[in-house]
Amino acid sequence: MTGLITIAAKEIQQAIRNRWVLAATLLLAGLALSLTFLGSAPTGTVGARALDVVIVSLSSLTIFLIPLIALLIAHDAIVGDMERGTMLLLLSYPIARWQVLLGKFLGHLAVLAFATCLGYGAAAVALLIGGSSFDAEGLAAFAAMIGSSVLLGAVFVAIGYLVSAVVRDRGTAAGLCIGLWLALVLIYDMALLGLLVLDQGRNISGGVLSALLLLNPADAYRLLNLTGFANVSLFSGMAGLAASSTLSVRALLAALVLWTLIPLAGATLAFSRREL
Amino acid sequence: MSATVHVADVVKHYGQVEAVKGVSFDLADGEMVALIGHNGAGKTTLMKMMLGLIRPTRGAVAVLGGNPAAGEFSARRQLGYLPENVAFDAALTGRETQAFYARLKREPVNDALALLDVVGLGEAARRRVNTYSKGMRQRLGLAQALIGRPRVLLLDEPTTGLDPELRQTFYEVIQRLAAEGTTVLLSSHALTELEERAGRVIIMNRGLKVADGTLDELRRLARLPTRIRLKVAELPPSGPPAWLPAAATYRRINGHIVEIDAAPDDKIDLLHRATADGSAVQDLELIPPNLDELYAHFLRHAEPPQ
Repeated sequence: MTGLITIAAKEIQQAIRNRWVLAATLLLAGLALSLTFLGSAPTGTVGARALDVVIVSLSSLTIFLIPLIALLIAHDAIVGDMERGTMLLLLSYPIARWQVLLGKFLGHLAVLAFATCLGYGAAAVALLIGGSSFDAEGLAAFAAMIGSSVLLGAVFVAIGYLVSAVVRDRGTAAGLCIGLWLALVLIYDMALLGLLVLDQGRNISGGVLSALLLLNPADAYRLLNLTGFANVSLFSGMAGLAASSTLSVRALLAALVLWTLIPLAGATLAFSRREL
Repeated sequence: MSATVHVADVVKHYGQVEAVKGVSFDLADGEMVALIGHNGAGKTTLMKMMLGLIRPTRGAVAVLGGNPAAGEFSARRQLGYLPENVAFDAALTGRETQAFYARLKREPVNDALALLDVVGLGEAARRRVNTYSKGMRQRLGLAQALIGRPRVLLLDEPTTGLDPELRQTFYEVIQRLAAEGTTVLLSSHALTELEERAGRVIIMNRGLKVADGTLDELRRLARLPTRIRLKVAELPPSGPPAWLPAAATYRRINGHIVEIDAAPDDKIDLLHRATADGSAVQDLELIPPNLDELYAHFLRHAEPPQ
């Protein structure tokens, strides 16, 4: 346990030194703030509550950005340390490989959680200063959005580790991660949409569609945030899908947790079998 | 004297490549052992197996009574390792790096930081590692290997990139540890500097152990000639001195000095002849075969001498 925390603390310290924390926080805060101000312009002060609009736009931003940041941090974690030669020395210490991996995971997740909370929190504070009023449901939805964003980050950190534990060199890891990002964040949805249009509802039932959505962590995250709360789903234009979707919040959360645990377990297995 | 490292019939394959082909030896408390052999001879592979970083294909390795690859880390807490081309995370300072490794070994951080002064890192310890020269990284590498007074110290090419002054300090530190009972195994190419220090030498060639013993034992086994250098007053203008047997090889260095290659058994006999002859031997120098020559000899006859 001590070893785990020592490793996590070193990862955090390194991320601060390398300005990863600063860069990620500024990026998320900058984009969140600009979305907040731009997003509140068309709604004006009538009807729509600014916070709900912000949740919709921020979660759309998260789907693109958080996986990218997570993969950038994670793709180097194992293969990079091996290439630099630091892993050899580290593993000669009284610490198991799974502890190294889990320690790094905790550290990287802490960095990501810090950046997300601070970046998106800035948007909420900006709204508050701008005179918007929050109700309890809106706040709960906002907190859930931040929490699930961190969970989405965990998913992609785990996927990044799996890639990093399997490939031979850093270049391959980076290429593979960018490919995975494109596939899961952009191409999957387009392909799914194309499939639905072609199928015209003949073969693909609601159940199959739900399964297909759960197979992509980005979609699970999207459904969780855009349909989880009534007000939000109204603005996101996903109310229809939410009504027809058979997926409960619990199922979506479970999907995200599984998407974290399975790649993490795979990464641990691959790493423990690797020869130095 | 009890064995701290036990290597029995160890074989290691990397795919098609046989890195180590059946090596056995025991290392005892307080021994300082030099592991020599050219690149690819299996030195680093042996050390990695002692650390449990890789598993032997066949055979057994035991360190401090345990199997290092079995996932028990009690032995690793008493083990120090300095890898060849040691690398550290560039963003941290020397002190932060040392503190990190001390925490991993669960040793007091302050004791570990004091080691930075022992290796002479001094003020540089507060700078980031990416500003370090090769020598400074090597010092930090040694400092981390010394954390917690290890009972077994594995040093892979430890003195490459060190200036002569630091080499001196380095060997002083190591010898002090060995005197206190630490087993030190070091691999090196710098044979001349090992010669005076290592109590025992293991020579590896292409994954095989070709020689193992103290320097004196290896000299006896190798039967390499000792060079006798004589300063003689009345050396004939050319040719050998009159008392020299016809079969002996000799070199005339200049008008007064002659150098004779003497096989171990002939050494005393030759000296008798030289002095009994009445020709005035003014000075005498005996040069036993050095480690370089022994190493070359054992590689030429790459068969185990036993």
